[in-house]
Amino acid sequence: MGVYNLLVIFLLVSGLFFFFAGAVGILRFPDFYSRLHPAGKLDTMGLFTSMMAMALWVVHEWTLGAILTALKILLIVAFVFITSPTATHAIVDAGVRAGLLPWAKDSREDPT
Amino acid sequence: MHDVFLYASVFLCGVMALSLYRAVFGPTVLDRLIGVNAIGSKTTALLILIGLIYDRVDMFVDIALAYATLNFIAVLAASRYFQKRKGLYDEMGDK
Amino acid sequence: MTVNDAPANQSRNRIPKAQPPSTKPKRSPVPYILTFVVCMLTWLVLSGKFDLFHLSLGVVSCAIVSFASGDMLFATKNPKRLPGQWLRFATYVPWLLYQIFRANMHVMRLVFHPRMMDLINPQMIKFNSRLTSEMARFVYANSITLTPGTITVYVSLYGGYTVHAIDDASAEGLPGEMEARVAAIFRE
Repeated sequence: MGVYNLLVIFLLVSGLFFFFAGAVGILRFPDFYSRLHPAGKLDTMGLFTSMMAMALWVVHEWTLGAILTALKILLIVAFVFITSPTATHAIVDAGVRAGLLPWAKDSREDPT
Repeated sequence: MHDVFLYASVFLCGVMALSLYRAVFGPTVLDRLIGVNAIGSKTTALLILIGLIYDRVDMFVDIALAYATLNFIAVLAASRYFQKRKGLYDEMGDK
Repeated sequence: MTVNDAPANQSRNRIPKAQPPSTKPKRSPVPYILTFVVCMLTWLVLSGKFDLFHLSLGVVSCAIVSFASGDMLFATKNPKRLPGQWLRFATYVPWLLYQIFRANMHVMRLVFHPRMMDLINPQMIKFNSRLTSEMARFVYANSITLTPGTITVYVSLYGGYTVHAIDDASAEGLPGEMEARVAAIFRE
């Protein structure tokens, strides 16, 4: 209790905040390419921090099963850190090949 | 602590609803794909939160791992499929 | 011998022909053993059962996997350099995490900024990298994509990178320090 729980709650809330920022960024940014920035990476960071919180919470009882579960959570984090840039790159590659032009500042006519 | 995880998962569902807007109303197909990908990565965290609420993390962590893999493969397959499809500009509506 | 062997033999013969003859791999056993160890560790974590039956199942399936695809995970011509590379990569990861965190804060400030439309300036930038090996280019491209504000759009065969940057501050940081650090990992 005490400091340990506070640390877990702090990490979890910051992860949720990263997720929230990613969702707001997807809604607010003007075009496809710039929407990829919050989608691909604020989500990865949010997953990282919230998974760290959950892994910390799982190992608060120090048994073999709990340690294995925490290791699995870390495995998910490592997997996401490898696959998230690949998925982002696949989507942006699809956009380039389909011929989507990036939105540039000088050619805008007030998209809101 | 169970209440904390419960409120966190409810908040996460709200965030997923925000991303759902982009997945439903996105101007192009690829915008929808971004929304679906964002929802999928949040679901991975949500599954482990559900496991923590029900005290069955050892089971739900495997489901989360499988879901992360499936999400990655689904995004790869969908983006490979839609890159061959022309006419994205017609869907944007403003030419 | 049988009919099934013929396509396999053909494809196996075709692969070395595509490469220049000087870089023909010598089939060192080290990458296979390392792949086996990595597979076995993953098996242990995922299964969580340590009796003889499950361990023997793991050994058999990891042996099959490492025999079939052992030269993919640790693709290098010179296995003696592997431990140094992985040690230097392990020291690179904390720095990368710090960069990811800092740049996440930057993008988050952009997201919540009321005048976001004036701050961002999406642009495509192109530059040439001096990295030569495939693995170094792969690590560098993924690092660029992981640090927010920049996404690798395309990497050409000769090391030309096309990067989409969200604003001017993200764009001018390239290639910069990250390329030097990746080059230091792979000693190029």
